[in-house]
Amino acid sequence: MTLSTITRATLMKDLRLEWRSKDAINAMLFFALLVVVVFSFSFDPNAEESRQIAGGLVWVAFLFAAVVALNQTWARELRNQVLDAYRVSPAPANSLFLAKAIGNFVFVGVLEALMTPLFIVFYQLRAVGPVWQLVPVAVLGTWALVVNGTFFAAVSIRTRSREIMLPLLLFPISIPAIIAMVNATTAILTGELSIRVWIVLLATYDVVFTIACLLFFEMVLHAE
Amino acid sequence: MKRIFTVFALLTGLLLSYALYQALIVAPTEKTMGDVQRIFYYHVPSAWTAFLLFTINFVASVVYLIRRSSAADALAVVSAEVGVVFCTVVLVTGPLWARPVWGIWWTWDVRLTSTLVLWLIYVSYLMLRRFSASGETPVLAAALAIFGALDVPLVYFSIWIFRTQHPQPVIGGGGSIDPRMWHVLLINWAAFLCFALLICWSRYRLEVLKREVEEMQALEALLQPRGSR
Repeated sequence: MTLSTITRATLMKDLRLEWRSKDAINAMLFFALLVVVVFSFSFDPNAEESRQIAGGLVWVAFLFAAVVALNQTWARELRNQVLDAYRVSPAPANSLFLAKAIGNFVFVGVLEALMTPLFIVFYQLRAVGPVWQLVPVAVLGTWALVVNGTFFAAVSIRTRSREIMLPLLLFPISIPAIIAMVNATTAILTGELSIRVWIVLLATYDVVFTIACLLFFEMVLHAE
Repeated sequence: MKRIFTVFALLTGLLLSYALYQALIVAPTEKTMGDVQRIFYYHVPSAWTAFLLFTINFVASVVYLIRRSSAADALAVVSAEVGVVFCTVVLVTGPLWARPVWGIWWTWDVRLTSTLVLWLIYVSYLMLRRFSASGETPVLAAALAIFGALDVPLVYFSIWIFRTQHPQPVIGGGGSIDPRMWHVLLINWAAFLCFALLICWSRYRLEVLKREVEEMQALEALLQPRGSR
């Protein structure tokens, strides 16, 4: 059993579970839809200025919706003491972490792919800058949210009132990534500024925290 | 130990009152801002003390993860708690000064925003400590402390780019200050450091006592015969 086979097995199991139940994705989609609707009351969604705030709005919706999936990551393994079984098994902890992080990346990615058309329709979005640049921003930004989110979900599962604890831990740490995602998206939509510096920042954030998560995950999983 | 603590507390009280006298009476009045500027002698030392305490928290967390010593963990709790208090003082005295001088309570400038984010990270650290089960708290909290420390340069850098792409805030950059003001500032910082050390000391004693009591209670619960519980 190598690292990659365990990762693949766990990932496939999670994807299959989600495919059959669709618990996380349904909750996330509905939640993001609610955010879109509620925010539309706070400003004129058809105005030209809506392009200036749409970047922030999109990511706030994704961020809040992602928490729903992230909270389920480990809660799902509490039933039947699966998490304890992981702990005593000789499988490397990092393969489990990677499987969970990639799984969450897929869930949030699907959410983004489904929600983006809705944003375009509801807020009359039309990018002035190069649209293809949204892809690297979305990929790097989603990984930034998901890698720390998976890690802190494993931390918050050990606390009382765990559902509420995850955003409290995740959001302060994610602020640099959120600034970069929001500004890069706004820059593409308005076509005013270059996004290179934000891509560099997001990539640095991703590398730093992916390494940190892999270094500390085993310790957190086995914390007694 | 108790006598040293009392003597130290008295000395700190004396130093604090001397620093107060220096800041309010001796220090020259600033030319354009007037007396409002005197809040500077509390604002800046609090900021330095808070950053120092957060650094201590980081070092103590790393030491805890390497050695797993209970003392390092207690030091981490204490420095984070007292650091948050001093950081709050910074965030409160800042707007009090900014309102008459800049005309606004708050501006989303690099230093203000990154101090606020730092405060948020450490408040989440204290919440994690409060909400996690006692046996696991030290490891989880130490991991969060290290993540927070990794985050600090990224926070500063991201806000710096964010703000340099936008209109510059009204902060007065550069400029030198009167050497007498420096003198008063350093006296105040010394007083604040002693004060912080004093609080940390008593809080550390409290933390150690609390742990001893918890251990004793756990032991008693184990030793009691089954029927009498």
